Amino acid sequence: MSVLVYVDSPEGQIKKSGQEAVTYGRKVADMLGTDCVAVTLGDTNDAGLLGVYGASKVINVGDVSLNSFDSQAATSVIAQVASNVGANVIIMSHNARGKAVVGRLAARMDAGSVAGVNALPTNDGAFRVKKNVFSGKAIATYEIASENKVISVMGNSIPPEELGAAVEVESMSVEVPASKVTVKEVDTVKGTVPLPEAELVVSAGRGMKGPENWGIIEELADELAATTACSRPVADVGWRPHHEHVGQTGVAIRPNLYFAIGISGAIQHLAGVNSSKTIVVINKDPEAPFFKAADYGVVGDLFDVVPRLTESIKKFKAAQ
Amino acid sequence: MKLLVCISKTPDTTTKIAFTSDNSALDTAGVQYIMNPYDEWYALVRALELKEANGGTVTILNVGPAANDQVIRKGLAIGADDAARIDSEPKSSLYVAKQIAAFAKDGGYDIIFCGKETIDYNGSEIPGMVAEFLDMPFISYASKLDVAGNRATVARDIEGGKEIIELDTPFVVSAAKGMAEQRIPNMRGIMMAKRKPLKVVAPVDTLEGAVAVAYDLPPAKSAVKLVDPENMDELVRLLHEEAKAI
Ligand SMILES: Cc1cc2nc3c(=O)[nH]c(=O)nc-3n(C[C@H](O)[C@H](O)[C@H](O)COP(=O)(O)OP(=O)(O)OC[C@H]3O[C@@H](n4cnc5c(N)ncnc54)[C@H](O)[C@@H]3O)c2cc1C
Ligand SMILES: Nc1ncnc2c1ncn2[C@@H]1O[C@H](COP(=O)(O)O)[C@@H](O)[C@H]1O
Repeated sequence: MSVLVYVDSPEGQIKKSGQEAVTYGRKVADMLGTDCVAVTLGDTNDAGLLGVYGASKVINVGDVSLNSFDSQAATSVIAQVASNVGANVIIMSHNARGKAVVGRLAARMDAGSVAGVNALPTNDGAFRVKKNVFSGKAIATYEIASENKVISVMGNSIPPEELGAAVEVESMSVEVPASKVTVKEVDTVKGTVPLPEAELVVSAGRGMKGPENWGIIEELADELAATTACSRPVADVGWRPHHEHVGQTGVAIRPNLYFAIGISGAIQHLAGVNSSKTIVVINKDPEAPFFKAADYGVVGDLFDVVPRLTESIKKFKAAQ
Repeated sequence: MKLLVCISKTPDTTTKIAFTSDNSALDTAGVQYIMNPYDEWYALVRALELKEANGGTVTILNVGPAANDQVIRKGLAIGADDAARIDSEPKSSLYVAKQIAAFAKDGGYDIIFCGKETIDYNGSEIPGMVAEFLDMPFISYASKLDVAGNRATVARDIEGGKEIIELDTPFVVSAAKGMAEQRIPNMRGIMMAKRKPLKVVAPVDTLEGAVAVAYDLPPAKSAVKLVDPENMDELVRLLHEEAKAI
């Protein structure tokens, strides 16, 4: 028995979400009195560093066909590795690749599965994990009674910890099925941290009045090295690109710090952001519903407040 | 083309959420239910558009009790040809996926559509499970889907962008925003929906999977701390010293 962590590595890079999954896996392994094995697929840079975050063994299945992602091939490979190392708890990040694999793998392994957990399990007689449900209006506890268990971990819920040292990567050859899909093209925004991974997010809404006013948002975001986001109507009318839209129908995020600027705080918006650790709301309407979900609030005109905030951050950084 | 659209029923986001006295289940009294938006707005509508362009049929499938017939009829009113309901409580993701797979197995469907996730439990597990049970490719979080003959081109949302993927039918796809535009059922659709076939199917026996056993409300948020708009230095100080966020 052991715990296997699938760490995805788009373009060969391991992300923070992968480190988080390994730390989570290690803590589950400690709880179950076993060890934590990490597996990466395709060419992966610095996979051995996963040892630092708690993996006692790192396996790479280096077949080049795994460099582009196919949920069907990935599932087959991970299941074979699990069987080779005798793992019956499989953990991964709840990100684009993890979400495509979590259900498949559970079906393949006859496993009970929970996707998007945000806390470590408990195991006093029954193996239980928690996740947010109903747009963050409740926390559900799931029991996984089956011997095999598959879990995906929400980003930014368990910080990566240094629990060990780098290890040698072991390669393992397993049967890699021929992929039935062809990835023709990968388009990603370069240079900024993608929203689901961002720790700092500056988000703005219809209070901005028009796309030409976004300069002050971008300056604030630049100063903080934050990623920008927006409310749905703003993306719908094309003031901002669709991938910035957060909320129930957009991207769900849980950064450490979320600035909501000129956003009213409709429940559908909150659904995607209310798990953020700290929320700052800037709105001229003291009755805006967002203030109820906020940790810090500024009642004022965003066109005055935001540039002033950017100045204060500059000053703060200079003094550090 | 033979298209299958898996639809689910979820509480409307604006519904107040409460639990039974022992906190083991949702208190359904007064809960407003809707068709899961990703299933309705994107999966179903794109399936209908493909049928309109290429001919074929669109079948709706739901795993749930008779009370779900209302959302199924809405799907028929939007334009699906027929529907099936597998008559069982949706006990867990694995259970539901097994039911869908058993239904679809010999159906000869070219594309099985799901939503990217349900807005109540946000599982995003069922579509992949169905694909695995049926040994089919699966494209998750698809924001665009075009089909020419039996070849499909799909845009899949990934962190900070998208992937463009090509594959042959049959496959399973989960729909995200962008795949289509919401359609509102018209009077004629609503009238016709009443006469469209809705088959009730018995469930197959299967494993139960992981089940929710208890619910808690999130810890109450402490009241917002208001900061003077003239004093952004103070906000920065609080974010640094108190929240440790910068
Ligand atoms: C099924 C469904 C799903 C939805 N999904 C989403 C989703 O995923 N994400 C999402 O965001 N929305 C979603 N919505 C829409 C949501 O209900 C709201 O309509 C939307 O979030 C409002 O956007 P907003 O806050 O930018 O605009 P508004 O509600 O118009 O708010 C603008 C705010 O700006 C403030 N303001 C104006 N001028 C200034 C100024 N000069 N200085 C400071 N403050 C100012 C106003 O006081 C106001 O609070 C969904 C709706 C439905 C029905
Ligand atoms: N009870 C159900 N009956 C039919 N399809 C369902 C059911 N539950 C979920 N689905 C489908 O699976 C998708 C993802 O659901 P989930 O994995 O629960 O987030 C939904 O968008 C639906 O398309």
